[in-house]
Amino acid sequence: MADQGQFSDLAMEYMPALYTAALRMTRNAADAEDLVQETYLKAYRAFGSFELGTNLKAWLYRILTNTYINTYRAKKRRPEVADVEDVEDLYLYHHLAGDPSAGLGRSAEDEALDRFTDTDVKAAIESLPDTFRMAVLLADVEGFSYKEIAEITDVPIGTVMSRIHRGRKALQKALVEAGRARGLVGASDEAR
Amino acid sequence: MGHGADGEPGHPADGRPAEAPAGFLSCDETIERLYFYLDGELTEQRRIEIARHLDLCGPCVGAFGFESELRKLVANRCHDRVPDALRDRVAQALREESASAD
Repeated sequence: MADQGQFSDLAMEYMPALYTAALRMTRNAADAEDLVQETYLKAYRAFGSFELGTNLKAWLYRILTNTYINTYRAKKRRPEVADVEDVEDLYLYHHLAGDPSAGLGRSAEDEALDRFTDTDVKAAIESLPDTFRMAVLLADVEGFSYKEIAEITDVPIGTVMSRIHRGRKALQKALVEAGRARGLVGASDEAR
Repeated sequence: MGHGADGEPGHPADGRPAEAPAGFLSCDETIERLYFYLDGELTEQRRIEIARHLDLCGPCVGAFGFESELRKLVANRCHDRVPDALRDRVAQALREESASAD
């Protein structure tokens, strides 16, 4: 059983990661700060039930996720959907496909990726429906395993995999749209 | 029940070369597993199969490299500095919580 006296020493280092996730989820700084503070308070109060030696970061994310869902998320009548039926595998890659005669080494597609800014990436993530956004954040930004994400979000691992898969497709679609708006991606869909 | 009898005889399996050697994945099968591979969620056996395909297939190497770069982009381009005021607020809230519990 964990001692509350140790809480700050162990938990504070995760604040940058939690704050980033909170910002992407709430989409504004004031709510993100409140969400992080609430997460730390709840975690502190519940710290007696945390088993030392297990994954503290995942445990904090679980509290953040639940707090977000219960407090900040508008009640949804129907399950969320990510409209990705038209998004094939490697969607962004194909849309960035440049001149095939471009030089050796790093590909034109890889170079094109560098032109996306922090703002593009953040906006693309924030455009995803809640459940898909959370899955992509946990997998791609925080690098949690499918099993850890299943525990954090309290859904079966198959659901996690499906959310990550669809979330990534929706993210690629959003990046293509952002790239198109900024002229990084050709206007035509005939990139293949 | 449920499977029906519409087996579409002669329907070719997409992307699989007819005389593919046993255990050699097609490009479609490889791309299908791309994310599981990058996520580190494949068995050792599956990893070896993918690696074997990538050794011989330039286009799939390009696709894997790109998705891996994209992953890094998403991870690296979305960090925000924690405001000092938030650190102070949280520390203060925890102090108050601790004092009120005594």
